[in-house]
Amino acid sequence: MNNLVILPIIFPFVIGAVLILMIKHHKLQRIVSGISALLLLALSIYLAVLVYQDGVIVLEMGNWPAPFGIVLVADLLSTLMVLLATLVATVCLFFAFKTISPERERFYFYPLYFFLLIGVNGAFLTGDLFNLFVFFEVMLIASYALIVHGGTAYQLRESFKYVIINVFASALFIVAIAWTYSITGTLNMAHLAERVAELEQAGVLNVVAILFLVVFAMKGGLFPLYFWLPRSYYGPPAAISALFGGLLTKVGIYAIIRTFTLIFNHDIGYTHKIIIVTIAGFTMLFGVLGAVSQFDFKRILSYHIISQVGYMVMGLGIFTPLAVAGAIYYIAHHMIVKTALFLFAGVAQKITGTTDLKQMGGLLKTHPVLAWMFFITALSLAGIPPMSGFFSKFPIILAGFEEAQYVISGVALLVGLLTLFSMMKIFSYAFWGKQKHTEEQAKMPIGQLLLPIAPLVALTIILGFAAEPMFLYSLEVAEQIMDPSVYIESVLKE
Amino acid sequence: MKQKQIKSNDVMLQTFARILILIILTFSIYLLLAGHNNPGGGFIGGLMTASALLIMYLAFDMKMIKKAIPFNFITMIGVGLLLAVGTGIATMLLGYPFLTQFFDYFHLPILGEVELTTALPFDLGVYLVVVGSALTIILTIAEDDK
Repeated sequence: MNNLVILPIIFPFVIGAVLILMIKHHKLQRIVSGISALLLLALSIYLAVLVYQDGVIVLEMGNWPAPFGIVLVADLLSTLMVLLATLVATVCLFFAFKTISPERERFYFYPLYFFLLIGVNGAFLTGDLFNLFVFFEVMLIASYALIVHGGTAYQLRESFKYVIINVFASALFIVAIAWTYSITGTLNMAHLAERVAELEQAGVLNVVAILFLVVFAMKGGLFPLYFWLPRSYYGPPAAISALFGGLLTKVGIYAIIRTFTLIFNHDIGYTHKIIIVTIAGFTMLFGVLGAVSQFDFKRILSYHIISQVGYMVMGLGIFTPLAVAGAIYYIAHHMIVKTALFLFAGVAQKITGTTDLKQMGGLLKTHPVLAWMFFITALSLAGIPPMSGFFSKFPIILAGFEEAQYVISGVALLVGLLTLFSMMKIFSYAFWGKQKHTEEQAKMPIGQLLLPIAPLVALTIILGFAAEPMFLYSLEVAEQIMDPSVYIESVLKE
Repeated sequence: MKQKQIKSNDVMLQTFARILILIILTFSIYLLLAGHNNPGGGFIGGLMTASALLIMYLAFDMKMIKKAIPFNFITMIGVGLLLAVGTGIATMLLGYPFLTQFFDYFHLPILGEVELTTALPFDLGVYLVVVGSALTIILTIAEDDK
């Protein structure tokens, strides 16, 4: 028992509630939320180090023993995810200080921001399937409010779809949970894993597994359920769309990885190597084709979320330690890089007043720092060494060839090429060419906007150059989640 | 041409509302207190209180209600959240897992033997959140017309 595990959940809870009370004082709100975001970041780093050194930490909430009460489990994967989520959230928060309009601040932007974090951190840490649903809902309700925040006509129209698809997915989620309960009689993930292994009912378990996959695929933006994503991420201001693009779909991916390594590992040949791999291939391909066909900065980035989520799921589908480690490394790389790119789109929009690539041009001359920072990040996204993108794609594709999954590996290579193409399209349209913005816009100082993004750019370079220790860490994470007995033993203490 | 406002006669509604609100509020407090062992609790008690307050909004005019209930409902949500999570944190400070429940029997004057639990402040927090958010939602929609 260690109460530290719950701090990443209740700390934002308390801060969010306190921020509601000081809604009239904008400056105070900024100071409090900035300091608490940094504290939360420090806390999540400490938790990650602690779990790395001492092993899995389990907290039985309310002192009820494991299969009956709700448990929170901090293993390597969940602490890594909490760390990344907090990092992304902190960066976006500091970017929001400079860009979010005072009207939005007045309408509870900061409290909602922290409530979103409760849901995200809770979903990563919980060890109970129903509790996972609850934290998903907390996250979604905060995200409904944030995605419509500001209330422009476009936002209202697109977030309506976002709400509908997510409410539907949540309904399916409940159905899947009820079904699981009726089959196994438990919802504690460790207990479930144990019982699923004992139950020799592959058929019905496969149905439940696929139902869960559909639910999480809807939230994570997988083929063919990604259609809501590019449009709804286009509407809100840069800080919010960067947070969503970096964070929210990855919660769905985390849930897939968690359930399909811990619980539904009874029929890997079917669920992983056929279903998940196929879905991953289509997701990558359609996502990148969508990106290639777009001519809008933010839309290209939104479609790339889809194609890259495909890589992560592909790593899970191949299901060797190398591939899963690659998927985990990819999540880390993607969250960092994608958030940075969305924020660069926000900066470019602030300068030129548009995100349409055809109306942009010549940013390289007027804002060289922005251009080169974008260039580094874009190359990293496309997977050019020595940035982190290369070291995340390489093990996944390598594992694909080792496991004789040639088609999917070929698709992954092609998608990498097309990613490079569409990133270069952004670079050549927005940064090269004739200057299309006015002289006044050209003189706009953006140093303060780039400052919060700089750590992310630095991280993608560090993740690339220090690939070996980072990859060994993700290999360790992969080995831990692929051996469910560690998780089960630490929760049920047998 | 300006439309003439029709003034309605609310005597019936207002007379009944006074009695009804009293009954509903009493019952909602009962539900709140019964919560941790019997059917009831902060959520259902809060909803019932909110419905009592809504009858008030239907029967009387805004000015009077603002005078009778001088709270900001959104602040109420914040206070409720803090109260609920504070109960959990208090047990953490004593070295137990988050949200561990404690209870004991006390002899209080008038009420006699009473079971007091730490679930009660938690429920009270939930109650405040529910009343605050239900009224915020309904009043936001109601004020939209003007």
